[in-house]
Amino acid sequence: MADARATILESLRAGGGGEPVPLPSTEVLAARAWPPAERVARLRRGMEAVHTEFLEAVPGQWPSVVLGFCRDQGFPNLLYGPASSAGKALASAWTPRDPELIPYREPVETFKAALFEDVAAGFTTALAGVAETGGLLLEPGPEEPRLLSLVPPVHIALLLASTIEDTLWSAVRHRGWGRGAARNSLLISGPSKTADIEQTLAYGVHGPRRLVVVLVDNL
Amino acid sequence: MHAETGFRESAAQALGDPQIRANFRRAMDGLMAKRAAQFPDPADLQALRSLGTAIRARSLLKLPELLEQLEASCLRNGIQVHWARTCEEGNELILGLLRARGATRLVKGKSMVSEEMGLNHFLEEHGVEALESDLGEYIIQLDQETPSHIIMPAIHKNKTQIARQFSQKIKDAKYTEDVDELTALARKVLRRKFLEADAGLSGVNFAVADTGTLCLVENEGNGRMSTHVPALHIAVMGLEKVVETLEDVAPLYALLTRSATGQAVSTYLNLVRGPRGPGELDGPREVHLVILDNGRSRIYADPQLRATLRCIRCGACMNHCPVYTRVGGHAYQAVYPGPIGKILTPQMEGVGVRHELLHGSSLCGACSEVCPVEIPIPEIIVRLRREATHRDPGSSVEGRGTGRTATEDLAWRVWAAVLSRPGAYRFAAWCATRFRNLIPGGLPLLKAWTLARGKPVPARRSLQERVREEGIPHG
Ligand code: SF4
Repeated sequence: MADARATILESLRAGGGGEPVPLPSTEVLAARAWPPAERVARLRRGMEAVHTEFLEAVPGQWPSVVLGFCRDQGFPNLLYGPASSAGKALASAWTPRDPELIPYREPVETFKAALFEDVAAGFTTALAGVAETGGLLLEPGPEEPRLLSLVPPVHIALLLASTIEDTLWSAVRHRGWGRGAARNSLLISGPSKTADIEQTLAYGVHGPRRLVVVLVDNL
Repeated sequence: MHAETGFRESAAQALGDPQIRANFRRAMDGLMAKRAAQFPDPADLQALRSLGTAIRARSLLKLPELLEQLEASCLRNGIQVHWARTCEEGNELILGLLRARGATRLVKGKSMVSEEMGLNHFLEEHGVEALESDLGEYIIQLDQETPSHIIMPAIHKNKTQIARQFSQKIKDAKYTEDVDELTALARKVLRRKFLEADAGLSGVNFAVADTGTLCLVENEGNGRMSTHVPALHIAVMGLEKVVETLEDVAPLYALLTRSATGQAVSTYLNLVRGPRGPGELDGPREVHLVILDNGRSRIYADPQLRATLRCIRCGACMNHCPVYTRVGGHAYQAVYPGPIGKILTPQMEGVGVRHELLHGSSLCGACSEVCPVEIPIPEIIVRLRREATHRDPGSSVEGRGTGRTATEDLAWRVWAAVLSRPGAYRFAAWCATRFRNLIPGGLPLLKAWTLARGKPVPARRSLQERVREEGIPHG
């Protein structure tokens, strides 16, 4: 409605004006900084407090940690993005006897029912972590579709310790998280949860019931 | 929908309902404690609040430019932008988008603006199923109720009530009071709905002008489901939601989650920057943003009232309000309850119609003390109380002066006449002191006071008489 747009903007302009607001100080955010090892500890504390689980791995070994976990849990399958570099590494560690490794390579329209009903777990890479509050930064896209981290009941995410940022603010400011071309960017701190029934926390209300971070110590 | 005399009666009713009082008391006490735990350092909190306030104030100062910039950035990203002056216009617009794509099943993430628009009702009347997928919203939708809190819409219900409702309204559901089982039940029903939906609708917590990003804050994942699974995503926002840059979002987000539920961070912060891109296998094919005015540009025009638009809808003001915590959200009979509702509703719907809400406040200041963006709610309440009964020239407040009742008007006229005539004043004072006990408590105006208090009785002698009698020299 071109009319509506013009009327609204016109009335805002007519009623606008006022004292300029001084640029706010961001010192309070910049002051939140920690050494790398402390960042890892903070991230873990924050995420464990909201029921995120952690698996530890050394560089190069993480695919077998993921595989071992899927076997232990008895998952029948794991959905992953075959085009991502982590996806390729994962696939090379898999053998035909292992839980089925399902590549997410079809458009969701033809894959929706299977995605909602048959997938046990989804695997994605985390672009970075946030130390202050605990959280993973993801940028889903062609290599790792958006629903990989949402629809399967378990979400397994790979995180390199060296990518952990101090704060969300510093991740936006220094790393440009959310400012790039990605159509979807995401901060995740734990499994899906709700407190809508009498303030009692319940997990897995719509999204994953479990979030498992494979933390690679590459500091 | 909004009765003129609603608040007084419904507040009285709520006060008489021990279940409502218990449900709110427990929930609000918990929320207050959790928020306090998130802000252990007062200096840090104040620095963050000042920053949040400045960001919001600066965004509002540049509002028209930022909205234009947001529109241009969204278009560049492939998000189509629509403007609506009124709720009716917004509803028609959304229906048009759905109809053009043959969409009849809509799943909704939480959106207070869509409540403001009465969107669900409108769509249902036009043959579109609009299903709330936030668990709290779903619970109240099953009972055809409205939210009683802006963050926790079903806070007025306890689990026994929900258990009973689920067992009656969800097919094949067994009665259980186990919260995990109740949640699993809702998950099952709603997952099917996400899978089958033609379209998804969401609100917007912050819209970023320079990147054209829509930021959605949530814990459940239903917002992500609604915005990523169906082929069409429609986002609705009030025009004040825009901020300048993505850097601005980080402190506002920190203030929002901590103030709202006492969480350092929500489960998801979802940044939507466009529909499915080249090579992407999922995500909506189309994303639309509807920007709603509904009286906001009028609020914007007044420098003092403009602060109302800084609100980031955290709900902390209601959690801390001594009135809200006792009467609950429904008593306000308004989309936005509690302190923010008290100032927003009369400004949107007119102070004349909703001035009663303005009196449901003790002016204790708890709301402005916790507000993360420092909205001076009590000051605005006082200002609007005046607006309700005065027709000040130059004010743009809708319905100003129309809240004045004939009795009140007469009382003030008499008062003015008496006080401006020394003889009349002396006579009135003489009558009041001599017939002090004879003044009936049931007189109009006095009646409301004497309902819960003793009748005020004037002194035996007026001050002037005593001064004269005691021979105190005076000018
Ligand atoms: S007025 Fe302040 S405290 Fe109340 S909801 Fe808005 S931001 Fe939160």
